[in-house]
Amino acid sequence: MSPSLAEIQDEFVAALRDPGRPAPPDVLGPDRRPDARRFAVYRNNVVHGLVNALEARFPVTSRLVGTQFFRAMARAFVGFQLPRTPLLMNYGDEFPRFIADFAPAREVPYLADLARLERAWSQSFHAAEAIPLTVETLALRSSLDLAQCRLRLHPSLRLVRSPHPIATIWSSHQSAGEVTPPAAWEAEDVLVVRPHAEVRLHLLPHSGCEFVLALAAGNPVQDAAEAALAHDAEFDVGHHLVGLAGLGAIVSLEPAAEPAKLREKTS
Amino acid sequence: MPVRMMATPGPLRAGVGLKTEHYREILESEPAVGFFEVHAENYMGAGGPPHRYLEAIRSRYPVSLHGVGLSIGADRALDTHHLERLRTLCTRYEPLLFSEHLAWSSHEAGYLNDLLPVPYNEQTLDRVCEHVEQVQESLGRRMLLENPATYVSFLQSDIPETEFLAAIAARTGCGLLLDVNNVYVSAVNQGFDPLAYLVKFPVHAVGEVHLAGHAESHDDAGRRLLIDDHGSAVRQVVWKLYDFAIARLGPAPTLIEWDNELPDWQTLHAEAGRADLARWRAASPRTEDVADVAVAR
Repeated sequence: MSPSLAEIQDEFVAALRDPGRPAPPDVLGPDRRPDARRFAVYRNNVVHGLVNALEARFPVTSRLVGTQFFRAMARAFVGFQLPRTPLLMNYGDEFPRFIADFAPAREVPYLADLARLERAWSQSFHAAEAIPLTVETLALRSSLDLAQCRLRLHPSLRLVRSPHPIATIWSSHQSAGEVTPPAAWEAEDVLVVRPHAEVRLHLLPHSGCEFVLALAAGNPVQDAAEAALAHDAEFDVGHHLVGLAGLGAIVSLEPAAEPAKLREKTS
Repeated sequence: MPVRMMATPGPLRAGVGLKTEHYREILESEPAVGFFEVHAENYMGAGGPPHRYLEAIRSRYPVSLHGVGLSIGADRALDTHHLERLRTLCTRYEPLLFSEHLAWSSHEAGYLNDLLPVPYNEQTLDRVCEHVEQVQESLGRRMLLENPATYVSFLQSDIPETEFLAAIAARTGCGLLLDVNNVYVSAVNQGFDPLAYLVKFPVHAVGEVHLAGHAESHDDAGRRLLIDDHGSAVRQVVWKLYDFAIARLGPAPTLIEWDNELPDWQTLHAEAGRADLARWRAASPRTEDVADVAVAR
């Protein structure tokens, strides 16, 4: 009996995914005989296209290790995981974690974090639009009011923390030509945001990052400030709020902390 | 420039596949182009520069949406989330045309990112027709289905590709997208006559024509093996087939696809000009001299 469409496609995929497996016997060349060379065109297209998609999303990661190494690592990832949807802009969300476990890449201990930064960059690039709150609007609020507010942060905002100077390394690879190594090898907390057309990277002090993390988790300004103060007794909440608004990282203020808390408890 | 715009017959000048590298130049120079076509999946992010540019271009030109990820030829059910994303895009950009491929790309294992071939038989025909009907129902519009570039055929195929496409169009009411480069690539790879294929192609259903470049290689037996890579100018032999096709079709909307090894905008635009000239000649053979003068600039 002739195989069903589902069976033909299962066999096709199994052979596509495993180069050690022979081409499906029902796949024919012009002489009506099984043709491995022609089947290999599909095998090659699938891998080549997905490796290109990863290279487009992780260009600095590729530059750091060189095209040849990157493409070998990307091929290994393609073998490990296919995209879940046809939206290639999201393919490789798990690539940074794969890099962290990829033994040949261990000599570059900051590579996985750099890839996390590039993932954040592309997520920010494709994130929803929102008009940022201006510093002037923020200044209209009394500090007492603000303390009780929760902030709606910009949908394009991402935070990436690393024990390595990943933003400095990333920036130095944005233009072609010679790359100067970072002057000091220090941890960096990076805020990624696209308030308008362009994605921007900003370095945050450690306490500032704790503050934004707490705000992003839905805490009111006052509680977020306490989290930051635990890391830095000098933390200035007003200064940081104005700073965040200046970066276009805040979309709106939501006052009335109590009802919001009640909603959370009852839901 | 305005004279050239008035002189072209048919519904539209030829269109061009829109690439991010050309956004700025197109918006600054506003070239005479019939329409721009985009791969729908590249505009399925929530926001960001792709939408900003496409909106700016849509405010100046008609846009057509070309899907590459719906996997109409798969046995498995269509992804309704993906259909919903397409519906949202259609609502937002009101495209002139929406097209997809007679191919499959999704499986339980994941998205394979290539246009894989299907066996042409009754079982596949039923499945593809169900899927096309589902797409047209969800989008509330007629879709166009494109003939694929293939490298292999199937033991289980017992219907010729032209008949298979004609049957889908007849059963579902969908239109067809005739990719002339795909016809040539498949003809060389499968060893059939591309002219005979075009003669049998159901021209009444054609809503759009695609033209693109291909790469040439050989198989282990030394036979020619063409790869549909969209990485060069349209080949001379494909232009000849195009002339033959539009003599039967009339001036259907025509698109130049060039996705890899991208040239500068002028080179790409000149390809569209060449398609306009061919359509012009097909529509009014006696104006040939005028056409040469107008395009020479």
